[in-house]
Amino acid sequence: MAGAGVIEELQVLAARVAGRRMQHINSTPVGGGVAEILTRLIPLMRDLGVEATWDVIKGDQAFFSVTKAFHNALHGKPEEVTEDMFEIFRANTESNLREVPFTGDVIFIHDPQPAGLILRKKDIGKHWVWRCHIDVSAPQPDVWQFLRPYIEQYDAAIFSMPDFAQLLPVVQYRIAPSIDPLSDKNKPLEQSCIDGVLEKYHIDSGKPILTQVSRFDRFKDPLGVIAAYRMVKKRHRCQLVLAGGGAVDDPEGEGVLREVRDAADGDPDIHVLLMPPFSDLEINALVRASTVVLQKSVREGFGLTVSEALWKRKPVIGGAVGGIKLQVIDGQTGFLVHSPEGAAHRISQLLGDRRLRERLGENGYQLVRQNFLLTRHVKDYLLTVLALDHPRESVVYLS
Amino acid sequence: MPERVEPFVFYTETGLVVLTGRKASNLEELHGHLTQVSGSCIFYHTHYLYLVHHFEKPRFYNEFANWVSHALQEERLAERLAAIDLLAITSIRELREAIVAAIEKHLEGDKRVRRECPPGDEFHFCEAQSFVIPTGQVAHRLEEFFEAIPGVTNACLHFHFFEARLRLERPTNDFSNWLGSLGETALARRIDRLNPYEMTLDDLKQEIVKVGRRHRPK
Repeated sequence: MAGAGVIEELQVLAARVAGRRMQHINSTPVGGGVAEILTRLIPLMRDLGVEATWDVIKGDQAFFSVTKAFHNALHGKPEEVTEDMFEIFRANTESNLREVPFTGDVIFIHDPQPAGLILRKKDIGKHWVWRCHIDVSAPQPDVWQFLRPYIEQYDAAIFSMPDFAQLLPVVQYRIAPSIDPLSDKNKPLEQSCIDGVLEKYHIDSGKPILTQVSRFDRFKDPLGVIAAYRMVKKRHRCQLVLAGGGAVDDPEGEGVLREVRDAADGDPDIHVLLMPPFSDLEINALVRASTVVLQKSVREGFGLTVSEALWKRKPVIGGAVGGIKLQVIDGQTGFLVHSPEGAAHRISQLLGDRRLRERLGENGYQLVRQNFLLTRHVKDYLLTVLALDHPRESVVYLS
Repeated sequence: MPERVEPFVFYTETGLVVLTGRKASNLEELHGHLTQVSGSCIFYHTHYLYLVHHFEKPRFYNEFANWVSHALQEERLAERLAAIDLLAITSIRELREAIVAAIEKHLEGDKRVRRECPPGDEFHFCEAQSFVIPTGQVAHRLEEFFEAIPGVTNACLHFHFFEARLRLERPTNDFSNWLGSLGETALARRIDRLNPYEMTLDDLKQEIVKVGRRHRPK
């Protein structure tokens, strides 16, 4: 799928990394893009002969409420952050410093929740990399200033796109996330499987389906999607699917889900589906059954659901924010929008033009194949390990 | 054939994008950063797009020109930046000077109030950290060299044509350099005359294959 040359290149790089243990640490074993990526990335690394492990920090409801507020604030949404909240973060960090086994030679810490684990560096050394998956292009100053002293102790930081980079005294790399084309969420499905899922959720297979797959999170603007659907519905026969799950580190999800159900207001053509963990096959089927896929986020770290839809040759209407702009090439793989009205306009265009849908879908598939598959992601992590050995060399010869 | 000529080792390259954290939202800021960023940054923004698949041929491959056009709508400057003849330039230093000079000339010649880019459209300065890897293909003789060409990747061509000449400051592309060392000066010149900035890397490969086919062994 990725090509023999890609695999050969991975083998060459993996051989140069061999002997060094890569350890990934994040805050949740399931739910959200980071856990999904690690679930697929670790086995592939091991297949290549690289010793890769994954550990998850612990935290209670109070800690994850704090880190959710941090998450929002780093994305630029105003949050009231108090000294007590910083103290909860510090206390939880201390607790995890005692419990997490630091076994890696290169330790990748994902996102802000475990960022404080860097305090262990002064005792054990090793290479430490902070992998930030969220949009920190305009962070709330007090939260960024709190985290910054931690970040500055890392050997390198990784962001998903250039817009998220900061002026930091550590080297920063751009690494986009990825999808695994062989996972349950992305692999090809039989039509009978797709039909079965539609039947299970009482979705009419004969009526165009608009779908947004995402956590129930205000940044994903599910209410904006419902507003767009209502505008389109006046002239087009269609139905809307809002499907998503929750995550341990996202305590706001339930409240947002309630708001979404209220907004749906009993419309039988709006299907609000709270999917349990490990519903990947069903998510896959829902996207494959869709006519148009939306990811109308108002803030976004990357938005892997976009690549997942493009891989299935679906045109995507995306909010013009964060990593969505890397995946939705306006007019080529989908359309970028800034409002529910914009989304409604593009949905209507796509519903009325099958050839346009097919062209955007085919382009989208090619874009993902070349840029957002897991193999490329693995390569970038292997290169990161090698780059740490050559921090100031712009051209490195690997004999 | 001169004695003891080293065989040609085909290399390919892959790399990481390094983020500098620098960004510009207007021409003055772009100019200021351009005088300070690394050579690797200048190279990245003038050569990266040659390696990327495009659904439509880009108007400009020079990312400074693209940004000046779409974010600042300074079309005249964009065209001047895109018109810098990269094949005539032999070092990153020279390239930086040409870009900076074009912006200075524009700033001096046109005193209109200039616009800031829309929020979110800032220019973000990046660099490439390249990792160069032997492909395993080695040519000891001319015939072996041309037999290998159809199988080389775009990344391989990018390294031997763009990186070698500008970033590593070799006098010409690596292919011509080696052919010259074999005494095949006519072949070396023919390949040196190919302009990789005016065609895709796939087309460049085909042109080199044609040069090889037309060659009659001495």
